[in-house]
Amino acid sequence: MIIELGHFALVLALAVALYQTVVPLYGAHRNDARLMALAVPAAFVQFLLVSFAFAALVHAYVHSDFSVLNVWQNSHSAKPFIYKITGTWANHEGSMLLWVFILSLFTLAVAAFSGNLPLSLKARVLGVQGSISSAFLLYIVTVSSPFVRIPPDRVPLEGQGMNPLLQDPALAMHPPMLYAGYVGFSVAFAFAIAALMEGRVDSAWGRWVRPWTLAAWTFLTAGIALGSWWAYYELGWGGWWFWDPVENASFMPWLAGTALLHSAIVVEKRNALKTWTVLLALIAFSFSLIGTFLVRSGVLSSVHAFAVDPERGTFILAILAFFIGGSLFLYAIRANTLKIEGRFDPISREGALLLNNVLLSAATAAVFIGTLFPLIYEAVTGGGKITVGAPYFNLTFGTLIIPLLVILPVGPLLPWKRGNVKAVLGRLKGALVLTVLAFALSLTLLDASVRAAFGIALGVWVVAGALEEWAGRVMLFRAPLKVVFKRIASMPGSMWAMTLAHAGLGVVVLGIVMSTAWKQERITALQPGGKVQIAGFEVVYKGTRKATGPNYLAEQGLFEIYRDGRKVAEEISEKRTFLGRRGMPTTEVALMHYALGDLYIAIGDQTKMGRTVRVYFQPMIQLLWFGALLMVFGGFIGLLDRRFRVGVAERTESRLVAQPAE
Amino acid sequence: MLRQRARGPVLVLLALLWATLPVAPTLVSTSTVAYAVEPDEMLKDPKLEARARKISQNLRCLVCQNESIDESNAPLAKDLRILLRERLKAGDTDEEAVQYLVDRYGEYVLLKPRFAIHTLILWLGPFLVLAMGLIAAGIYLRRRMQASRQALASEAPLSEEERKRLGELLEKDVATRDGA
Repeated sequence: MIIELGHFALVLALAVALYQTVVPLYGAHRNDARLMALAVPAAFVQFLLVSFAFAALVHAYVHSDFSVLNVWQNSHSAKPFIYKITGTWANHEGSMLLWVFILSLFTLAVAAFSGNLPLSLKARVLGVQGSISSAFLLYIVTVSSPFVRIPPDRVPLEGQGMNPLLQDPALAMHPPMLYAGYVGFSVAFAFAIAALMEGRVDSAWGRWVRPWTLAAWTFLTAGIALGSWWAYYELGWGGWWFWDPVENASFMPWLAGTALLHSAIVVEKRNALKTWTVLLALIAFSFSLIGTFLVRSGVLSSVHAFAVDPERGTFILAILAFFIGGSLFLYAIRANTLKIEGRFDPISREGALLLNNVLLSAATAAVFIGTLFPLIYEAVTGGGKITVGAPYFNLTFGTLIIPLLVILPVGPLLPWKRGNVKAVLGRLKGALVLTVLAFALSLTLLDASVRAAFGIALGVWVVAGALEEWAGRVMLFRAPLKVVFKRIASMPGSMWAMTLAHAGLGVVVLGIVMSTAWKQERITALQPGGKVQIAGFEVVYKGTRKATGPNYLAEQGLFEIYRDGRKVAEEISEKRTFLGRRGMPTTEVALMHYALGDLYIAIGDQTKMGRTVRVYFQPMIQLLWFGALLMVFGGFIGLLDRRFRVGVAERTESRLVAQPAE
Repeated sequence: MLRQRARGPVLVLLALLWATLPVAPTLVSTSTVAYAVEPDEMLKDPKLEARARKISQNLRCLVCQNESIDESNAPLAKDLRILLRERLKAGDTDEEAVQYLVDRYGEYVLLKPRFAIHTLILWLGPFLVLAMGLIAAGIYLRRRMQASRQALASEAPLSEEERKRLGELLEKDVATRDGA
């Protein structure tokens, strides 16, 4: 019964979403305040309906209601409680419902927290969001419903089980984070469309768009980091990023969103780069749409996957064409109505942010072209197959991202309008010295290759540059401590965000380079009692035993780890075979964190020579996720910036003083 | 005058960027990583084995999604690993061994497509976007600066009274800042 109510609520939500699209947009067109005001209650009602539908599906999963086709296909009664909940979105239909649920949540937030928006802009933004919601709801209701029942006389007793790889805490949180990021960009998209309709973009627009973009970016960063962390410890290869099309699909909106985050600053502060920023907002969400659909449609592995499910495929193509094509068309005919203002020199904060955008765009293009080239090639040549793998992305993306890292510390120190690189480098003396030092030390003492030393120097340059900019801002070592503390306390959230995110990126670079350059591996077949030496550790294989979990059978490899003759750890590395029809085994690696890196043990099959054991030492690899954490943390701090809050007029003392000059 | 002064650092920056380009690819490449090679497949000669590992990281496991034969657990990947090692043992150079596999399985087996006419878009596309972006940014900046110069030229110089008022404001500004 609850399932039917959920289904019904979803159909009602579709009607409300259509209403939320048509009425406010028409009202804005006719300048009718009463019609425009209806957008807010519509957003509220839509949220209630969609959240009820979503809760209904979660309810069915939690109670293992196998009369629901979707639950039967993707769940199992013996699953731990947490995975019964997360199983709701570990499949195509459920994840689409989660997407719409998050969208309705964001729409509600826009409706609730935008009291100071002009009525027409607010109505248009909510109207555009309603249109996105309508498209997704229509898709779910017509061809992708999770509420389909199995006839009562054929209801199975047990479900088919959830993909075992996905039964994991990090991956439980990965899709909601990712979707919050994707969907967050819909707000920037809606603002961009509304601006094109109104023919007006100004500093205020930039200020309204920034917090939403930052929220989306923060969620997306967290989602991607969780995904790579999961890949690292779950897939059992010790890798964390494979340039897989699925990863690229989430990386492209992140890159475009990062560019948007930076160009929106120029719009707010300097009233320049407006048309470009609007285009970026459209692109960021377009990539989010592409990412959402392509990941689950299977089209990325082959064009033919589309033909397996032509109904959904055509629908998806239609939605993509409507929103991407439609928005770009609107941009083409309306962009010239936006007045171009703002002047600046090439060497200026604006100039640096512009270069940031050009480089990020090119890097995005590399990922985009590499991801879609095999598809296009197959379509154009009529079945010709070509592979574009990690070596391509490392070469092109790597080449394009390095200049970005080189200019990164310089940009924030350049003044607006017109600057001087020499003066900025003078303020980065400490960072320059540390960079050179890092290069020399890694080359000599740490025995790194020139490339690795260069990479480490680059990471140090970014981290030290960010810290030195911060130190200069709070006048560390230059003013009395009391002044420094006062400056630290009064530093705005957005500045903390910048420092943390930039430093975090540098830390990520350090983690990548060090773990790659100094990674050690031992692959051997071991009999019980056999030993492996790695990075000063001695790993002793004690044997294998069988074990049972709540919904899986396991083979557990037992290991003892010694350092300097002393036992430092006992660890278990598992291979799990899950119940249900999805019988592929998964690995649960033994993972130990030490100051200098991770010791990583995965067991393989039993062969004639013994048990295959793979032992890796991954130096400093935790820096990678620590850096990502810094970036996410910075994003949250930035969201707390009081200037972003609703109704707080931006009035600083210096502004008040400067005002009479007008 | 200001523009001329800015030129030097720009050149330095551009030269720096250019100089870093060749180093880029190897920063993120995973030359020492290995996943699914089995102990019994490995060659006795460590040099030969190292070569085999490096090559197999750039070869696709044909039945997998986006995995190299070095990473994959699939039986086909194992066969390819063994085949590759046999070719190397027989005295093939790296190129010959790769070509042997390409002849049998097609270019699909290469994770890094060859630079050729049919892959021009793939290899040059990103850099074309970069060039177009730089050119567009350059045009944008030139127009902005021309507009700003025209605006400056059309503005009348400050009158004596305005100059005085400006001086007062600046003084007040400095005073407030020192007081804070």
